[in-house]
Amino acid sequence: MTPQSVTSAVEVSGLVKRYGATVAVDGLDLTLRTGSVLALLGPNGAGKTSTVEVCEGFRTADEGTVRVLGLDPRTQGEQLRPRIGVMPQGGGGYPGVRADELLTLIATCSANPLDPAWLLDVLGLTGAVRTPYKRLSGGQQQRLSLACALVGRPELVFLDEPTAGMDPQARRLVWELINALRRDGVSVLLTTHLIDEAEELADHVVIVDSGRVVAQGSPQELTADEPDDQQLRFRTRHGLDTSLLLAALPEGLRVREPSAGSYLVEGRITPQVVSTVTSWCAQQGVLAEELMVAKRSLEDVFLELTGRELRG
Amino acid sequence: MTPQARFTPGTFTPAPGRGKLSRMFLAQSRMEILLTLRHGEQILLTVIIPVALLVALTLMTVIPMPDPRVGSATARVFALAILSSAFTGQAIALGFDRRYGILKRLASAQPRWLLVTGRVTAALAVVAIQIVILGGTALALGWRPPASGIAWAVLLIILGTLTFGALGVLLGGALRAEIVLALANIVWFVLLLIGGLALGVDSLPSGVAAVVQLLPSAALAEGLHAAVVNGTGPGIGPVLVLLAWGIGAAAVASKTTKLD
Repeated sequence: MTPQSVTSAVEVSGLVKRYGATVAVDGLDLTLRTGSVLALLGPNGAGKTSTVEVCEGFRTADEGTVRVLGLDPRTQGEQLRPRIGVMPQGGGGYPGVRADELLTLIATCSANPLDPAWLLDVLGLTGAVRTPYKRLSGGQQQRLSLACALVGRPELVFLDEPTAGMDPQARRLVWELINALRRDGVSVLLTTHLIDEAEELADHVVIVDSGRVVAQGSPQELTADEPDDQQLRFRTRHGLDTSLLLAALPEGLRVREPSAGSYLVEGRITPQVVSTVTSWCAQQGVLAEELMVAKRSLEDVFLELTGRELRG
Repeated sequence: MTPQARFTPGTFTPAPGRGKLSRMFLAQSRMEILLTLRHGEQILLTVIIPVALLVALTLMTVIPMPDPRVGSATARVFALAILSSAFTGQAIALGFDRRYGILKRLASAQPRWLLVTGRVTAALAVVAIQIVILGGTALALGWRPPASGIAWAVLLIILGTLTFGALGVLLGGALRAEIVLALANIVWFVLLLIGGLALGVDSLPSGVAAVVQLLPSAALAEGLHAAVVNGTGPGIGPVLVLLAWGIGAAAVASKTTKLD
C-alpha cells in the first residue's frame, strides 16, 4: 500500500485494552485524517496514553484494529518506526546524557534528520546543551523529548501531553511548532487534558472518558451555538437573591450562581434579557462587571460530559 | 522574530527514512561506553576493590592461596571485575535508564536488538579496560601467565561478561531502580564473600563447596584459574555452569524486561 493511497494517518476501530482487571480502553474508535491535528481530550485515567501506546506499537490491543499509516504497529513496527515520531509522557533520556548528545544519537537513526543544533536552538535549549539530562527542568526535558520526536522528519507524530510542565512561553512555542507541523503536511495526534490547547490546535477533538469516546468533532462543531443554549455571564456582589430576576425574565431561562460572585443566565438570550439583567442589577444597587453573552465553551462541554468530580 | 518567520514553510516537510545500521550501531555503542565510564561511583567496585584484593591476596601470606599466589589471585579478581561491571554496573544502569525513560525513546528510533548490542559492546569494552588495569598490576606483582592459557582466558572473559551481563539485565529490567540498586550491590557482596572470589572454593567445607561451584562467580574464577595458572582449558564443568546461567537469564529476561 503506497503512502499516497492512505487518507487516514491513524485508524482505530473498537480498541479494547485491559491491564489485568482494569479496562483502560473500552471500545474506542478514532480516525486521524492525513495532514491534520487530532486532540485526544480527556481527564486523567481516560485511556488516552494507552490508546497512543497501542498506536505506537508499545502495547498490544486486546481487541479491535489499529492502522497507523496503513500499517499494523505491532507486526509491522520495523517499517513504521522511521516514519513516525513519538513523544512519550514525561520525556525520556539517559540520566547522564547531555541534550546535544542525545539528540545527535537519535538523529543518526534517521536518513534525513533535521539539524540537531538548529532544533535545540529553536526549542530554547542551547543554554542547556551540556547539562546532564537528570539535571534538566521538567520543561526542558519535555522540549528535548519533542526535539527527539521531530528530528527524523516524520510523517506522523504522537505527542502525549506535549506541554505538560511547561511555562507559558514554552507552551506558546510548542503550539506554534505544532501549527507549523500541520502547515508542512505532518499529521499530529496529541493527547491533552488542557481544553485551551485542544481548542487552539485541533482540527478534530475526540473527548474520551473511561476508555470511550463521549463526543467528537471540530471545536466549532462541539460548541455549536444552539439558540436555546446560550449563556449570559456577569460578576457582581455574591449572595444576591435571584428570585426577582428569575421572575422578571421570560419563560425557560435559568439563573444560578456557580461560584461566589459569578452569575449565569442560561437559555435563549435576547437583547430583552440583557436589558432585564442590567435593570435588576441597578435595582439591587450593584454594578454588573464582565458582562458577556457567549455560547458554551469547550470547557463547558467537556465538564458536562466528563463530570465535575476530581479524578483520583 | 515574528511567529510566522520562526518556522519557515517547509521546515518540517516529512522526509522519513531509516539511518544506516552500521552508523547506528557505532553511535549507540559509543554512547553506552561513554555513559558507563561517566558513572564515576562505580569505579570503587569495578577497579579499586579488585586491585586492592589482588594486592592483598598476593602479598598477605596469612591468607591461604594455591601457588603461584599472584596467578590464583589474578584469576579471582578478573572474575570479580566482571561481576562488578557486567552484572552490578549494568543492572543499576538499566534500572535507572528505565526510570528516566530512555528505553522507550530508543525503542521508538531503533530496532530492539540494537539496544541490546549497544549494551553488550559497552560491557565488553569496560571489561577490557578492567583487565588491562588488573593485568598490568598483576604483571607488576610478578604474574607470568602461561602463553597457552591466554586464548582460553580471553574466551572465558567474554563468556563471563555475557553471562553476568544477562543476569544484570534480568535484575535491572524487571524491578524498580532503587531495589535494583540494593540487590545488585548485595549480590555483589555475597558473591565476593562466599561465591568463590575472596575465598577460593577449596577453602570452603565440602558441602558448601559443592553448591558454590554451581554459582557463575565460582565457575568463572575456577575456569580462569585453569587458564592463567595452568595454561589449560577450563574443563566442561565451569563452561556449562556459565552457559546455563547466561542462557537461562537471557530467556527469562526476554519475557520480564520492561521498557519503563
